Amino acid sequence: MSILVLAEQHDGQLAETTAHVVAAAKAIGGDIDVLVAGEHVGAIAEAAARLDGVSRVRVADSAVYAHQLAEPLGELLVALADDYSHVLAAATTTGKNVMPRLAALKDVAQLSEIIAVESADTFKRPIYAGNAIATVQSPDALKVMTVRATAFDAVAETGAASVEAVETVVDNALSRFVGEELASSDRPELGAAKVVISGGRGMGSGDNFTLLEGIADKLGAAIGASRAAVDAGFVPNDMQVGQTGKIVAPELYIAVGISGAIQHLAGMKDSKVIVAINKDEEAPIFQVADYGLVGDLFEILPELESKL
Amino acid sequence: MKVLVAVKRVIDYNVKIRVKPDNSDVDLTNVKMAMNPFCEIAVEEAVRLKEKGVATEVVAVTVGPKAAQEQLRTALALGADRAIHVQTDERVESLGAAKALAKVVEAEQPELTILGKQAIDSDNNQTGQMLAALTGRPQGTFASAVVVEDGKLKVTREIDGGLQTVELALPAIVTTDLRLNEPRYAKLPDIMKAKKKPLDTKTPEELGVEVASRLTLVKVEPPAERQGGVKVGSVDELVDKLKNEAKVIS
Repeated sequence: MSILVLAEQHDGQLAETTAHVVAAAKAIGGDIDVLVAGEHVGAIAEAAARLDGVSRVRVADSAVYAHQLAEPLGELLVALADDYSHVLAAATTTGKNVMPRLAALKDVAQLSEIIAVESADTFKRPIYAGNAIATVQSPDALKVMTVRATAFDAVAETGAASVEAVETVVDNALSRFVGEELASSDRPELGAAKVVISGGRGMGSGDNFTLLEGIADKLGAAIGASRAAVDAGFVPNDMQVGQTGKIVAPELYIAVGISGAIQHLAGMKDSKVIVAINKDEEAPIFQVADYGLVGDLFEILPELESKL
Repeated sequence: MKVLVAVKRVIDYNVKIRVKPDNSDVDLTNVKMAMNPFCEIAVEEAVRLKEKGVATEVVAVTVGPKAAQEQLRTALALGADRAIHVQTDERVESLGAAKALAKVVEAEQPELTILGKQAIDSDNNQTGQMLAALTGRPQGTFASAVVVEDGKLKVTREIDGGLQTVELALPAIVTTDLRLNEPRYAKLPDIMKAKKKPLDTKTPEELGVEVASRLTLVKVEPPAERQGGVKVGSVDELVDKLKNEAKVIS
């Protein structure tokens, strides 16, 4: 078996999620190649070559792959896929955008967001917002999959894979990158943070999210939000933790003013330690929290910040 | 321009699901079904485009069992002009659905096709992208804004860490994210009128496609239950527990 992992990029660097996807590839077993596609991606390729278990990094360096647009990236994957039994990407917005194109053009089913490898053709994945776990077997010769990064521990960076250029360059007349507005923050990325503190509807307003910032600074935490807080317009959607947002599994998750709707729990219940702060002691979030504190968040948060 | 909008019949958003005792699947007997929430957003966007005078006709389509007609009638009540039902009792996964939709796109030639980004049953997030690949059309997935401008489509996409805007050549495929719009409710007179709007039924055989899933569903289990812990009485106690018991902060 041979496996191709599509590298994920973030701000001109190799994204942390890639090391988790390589771990999923190791669980399947076989030779592992990593594809780095983009413009001026030499440093990303070098970082990918250090990932343990990778035998070869294939680099497609061209302006056409800048911004990871699905149309050219999908074509590139189609051109390379015949060398592989499995093609994997992280279940990020990039992976979700491009992988189904590969699957459709190779006429195979895709397995989305796998959380466990049972064998080379059988995988576990959550369905119904994580309220059921399906074990699914694929008879296709090529398995196209996205991987929930938090379900696999990252591989170490002790490898020394070879780096080779890919000659295939595709055209793209269909789509054009116009612009990007990325939240600039010194905080870690939600999906990769060791500590996450999230606010819900109980925060009352977007301004009140500043109460979380001091604590996040002290803990090196990323700040998230429930869908209710996003729907109420407090914070942007990219902060959303839940089945329709980001799936996180940090060492410590602090839920503030979040009742604990199923759709939120689906996004954070695999966290190692969960803390819930809520004034309603009947809130469902307490049923999954390791430590619950009932009370007024506007009193608790400043006190917590001062005592950390 | 003509807009095609795809909808899926799924378990109602508010229903708590149960796994069958034999672990063969989720139990859907006597469970309330509804239009997938992301598909509601897709229908709303299509209807708004028509209200703005951008779209001239909105055609709703579904791939599914006979009962999925209910969701097409809902789409018609919300403002779609006519509907196409690709009727099948097979367990259809994304690839099969995309193949059937590709045939409908081929026949209807819509300039814009809008789908939900994912269905809340299988949580696949694949069909729109597959349809785009099969029809050779560009895609604007996870859309939070869609604007038709000078014969092109500008789509603002919800991506990890923020927003991305892409410009697509038409015809194109769009999938909806949560913030694209807030769907309306169907009014009773519109529900009555929808019963008289045209609804064509086709079979996958008539379209010349194989829609049955090739994946084997080995088993379905409930997720591991997380046990609740303790309530602490104060911030001091919380900080102490986190430092000395859980050892997750220093």
